[in-house]
Amino acid sequence: MYTTTEEIGINELGDMVINVGPQHPATHGVLHLVITLNGETIKKVEPHLGYIHRSIEKMCESLSYRQFIYSTSRMDYLSSHINNHACAMAVEKGLQVEIPARAEVIRVLMDELTRVASHILWWGALAMDVGAFTPFFHAFREREMINDIMEETCGARLTMNYMVPGGVMFDLHPNFQRRVKALLQQFRDKLDEYDELVTFNTIFINRTKGIGYISAADAISYGMSGPSARASGVSCDIRKIYPYGIYDKLQFNEVLMTEGDTYARYMVRMKEIRESLSIIEQLIDNIPEGDFQAKTKAVLKLPKGEYYARAETARGDFGVYIVSEGGMTPYRIKFRSPGYSNLSALDHMTRGSKIGDLVATMGSLDLVIPDIDR
Amino acid sequence: MMSFSDIAKHVDRWLNGLLPPAWALTVEMILVGILAITLFAVLGLVLVLMERKVAAYMQIRLGPNRVGPKGSMQSLADTVKLLVKEGITPAGADKFLFNLAPFIAMITAMLLLAPIAFARDLQIWDLNIGVLYVTAVSSLSVIAILMAGWSSNNKYSLLGAMRSGAQIVSYELSAGLAILTIVVLTGSLQMSAIIEAQRDGWWIFKGHVPAVIAFVIFIIAVTAETNRAPFDLAEAESELTAGFHTEYSGMKFALFFLAEYINVFIVCAIGATLFLGGWMPFHIGNWEGFNRIMDVVPSSLWFFGKTFFLIFVIMWFRWTFPRLRIDQLLNLEWKYLLPIGMFNILLVTVIAIKGWHF
Repeated sequence: MYTTTEEIGINELGDMVINVGPQHPATHGVLHLVITLNGETIKKVEPHLGYIHRSIEKMCESLSYRQFIYSTSRMDYLSSHINNHACAMAVEKGLQVEIPARAEVIRVLMDELTRVASHILWWGALAMDVGAFTPFFHAFREREMINDIMEETCGARLTMNYMVPGGVMFDLHPNFQRRVKALLQQFRDKLDEYDELVTFNTIFINRTKGIGYISAADAISYGMSGPSARASGVSCDIRKIYPYGIYDKLQFNEVLMTEGDTYARYMVRMKEIRESLSIIEQLIDNIPEGDFQAKTKAVLKLPKGEYYARAETARGDFGVYIVSEGGMTPYRIKFRSPGYSNLSALDHMTRGSKIGDLVATMGSLDLVIPDIDR
Repeated sequence: MMSFSDIAKHVDRWLNGLLPPAWALTVEMILVGILAITLFAVLGLVLVLMERKVAAYMQIRLGPNRVGPKGSMQSLADTVKLLVKEGITPAGADKFLFNLAPFIAMITAMLLLAPIAFARDLQIWDLNIGVLYVTAVSSLSVIAILMAGWSSNNKYSLLGAMRSGAQIVSYELSAGLAILTIVVLTGSLQMSAIIEAQRDGWWIFKGHVPAVIAFVIFIIAVTAETNRAPFDLAEAESELTAGFHTEYSGMKFALFFLAEYINVFIVCAIGATLFLGGWMPFHIGNWEGFNRIMDVVPSSLWFFGKTFFLIFVIMWFRWTFPRLRIDQLLNLEWKYLLPIGMFNILLVTVIAIKGWHF
C-alpha cells in the first residue's frame, strides 16, 4: 500500500493531482495535462508537451525547398493542404514566380475542402467529448466523401501533399467537379440534421453555454487565433486581414461572435463550414483553364533573406518563417502553429470549472497534438 | 397449452413423490437458482448484442456481423474471450474489497429477478411487499460501485464512485416516488396484485395525467440509477476513461458489465409491470371481443415485448444525448424531478380517493 501523500497524488494543500493523458480519451492524442482538483473543481491545469515532438523544424533544415513541404502535412494533419499552401507561398516569395490562375483556384478549393473536413471531424469529436457518440459517425460519413475527393486528386486520404512551389502537383481529376457538387448537395441536406442532433440539444447547450469563457483581451494576450479567438470577438481571419491566394476576390464573411464561451466557439465553426461551402460553390464552376503549375527550376535556391507566409488553417493562424543563406536548403525554419497558443489559454479558461467542463472546453479548442509539438 | 403453474405443480408433485419434503424443497430451490443464472447469462448476451446492433443502426453502420448469422454469436465469443483473460488486481488495491465488488454488483442484480412476473403464473417469488423489496435491494447496487471505486486505488475510479454515490442515492428518491404513484392507485405492494389491477387497462392509460408524469419521471430516474447515458457520469468515458471499473479486467469486468445490463432489464421490467401491465395483454375496459383477441398472444410475449421496448428507449437515449455534468445532474433531480414527483403523488392520492381514475 502507498503511504506518503505524494505517492497517492495529494499535494501539500490537500488537493488531488491527476494526470489526464498522455493516454486519455479526451485529449485526442498524446497530450498530457496535470490537473489539480478540489473535489470535482479544477484549481489548475498544466499542459506537459513533447510526447510527439519529432523535431520537424530541425529536419527541415536538411531538406530541400521542395521536400520540406511534405513534412508539414505531418504537423496539423487535419489541415495539411493549408499548411502546404503556406509553405509553398513562403518559397514562392523567395522565387518570385507567378502562379497560374488555375493553380490558385485549385489551391483555394483544396484549402476550403480541408477546412470543411477538419471542422466536421471536430464537430463529431466535440460531441463525443460531451458524451454523445452518434454524431461522430455521422461526421465521418461526410468526411469520407471529402477523403474520397482527396484520394482521387492527390493520392492520399490523410497527410495529403498537393501544393508545390509554383502551383499544385497534378491537375484535377476529371471526377472532381461532379464529386464536389455531390458533396455540396450532401451538406445542404445534412447540416440542418447536425443542428437538430447537437446544436439545439438542451443538454449540449447546458454543457457548453458560459463554459470556458475567455475575453477578447485575454484571447489576444494568449495569442489565440482562428475560430477559438473569433468566438471571443477577435477579428483574426488571415484570409480577410492579410488576403493570400484569391481570397480577396471571393465573397465570404468572417464569422465573429462575442460570447467567448464553448458554445460560441462551436457556433463559429459551424458557421464557418457554411462559409467554406459557399466559397467552394463560388469556385467550383469557375475553375479557369490553363497550367496547374508554373515553370520552376529543378533545384530551387532561395536568395539570401528571410521569408514569411501565413495562412488561415482550420485551427487558426499558421505561419512559416524561412531564413535562407542562398543554398539548396533553408538555414532555419520556424513554424507558428495555432494549436500551441490556443492550448496555453486552457488553464485560464477552465480554472474553477468541473472536469466535464475541462473536456468540453478542450474539445472546443480543436487541438491537434502533432501540430503543438511538431 | 399448459400454464407455467401447471408445470411447476407437476414438478413439485414428482419431486415430493421421489424425495422427502425437505429435500424436495432444496432441489426446487436449486432448480430455480439454475434457471435464474441461465436467464441472467442469456439476458446479458442478448442485451449486449442488442445494444451493439441498436447503436450500429443509429450510427449508420452494421455492428457485429461476423460471428454467427448476422453476428448473433458475437457476445458469446466476447464472453469466452473475457473468461480466458487475466483478472489483474492492481498492486495498491485493497484486494479483498476489489475482488468482492463485482460479485456484490451481480448478486444485487440477481436478487432483483425474484419478484418479477415474466408471464402468467411465472414468478420466482410473489412476496407481498414486492415493490418495496425492489426499491430496497436496488439501492444496494451503489455499494458495489463505491466499493469498486474506493478499493481500486485509482483516482479516476474514486471520482467515478463519488459521482455515482451522489447520483444513485438522489435518483432513487424520484424512482421511489414514481413507483409509489402506482402503489397508491393499486393499493397493494404485491406484483401480482398490481398486474391484476390492470386487467381492464394499463395504469399509464387509466391513471390520468399523474400516471404519465410518473412514467416519465420513472424512466429518467432509472436511466440515472443504472448509470446509463446521458447519466453515465460514473463511467464518463471521455472524462474518467472508464470511471469506477477502470482497473477491472477479464471476468471481473464482465460481471460489472453484465450487472449493468441486467439492471437495465430489471428496471425496464418493473416499469413495464407498473405502468404497462406486465404480462397483462392490452385490454380496453369491457370490450370483450377485443380483449379476447388480445389474449391470444401469449403473456410472456406481452411482457418481453413491453420490457424490450423500454430497453430500446433507454438505449435510444444513450446513443442520442450528450452527457450531463455532475452539478446539472443533481440540479435536475433535486430542483425538478423530486418536487414534480412529490406534487404528482399528492395529485394521484386525490384521484385515488375520489375514484377519478378509470
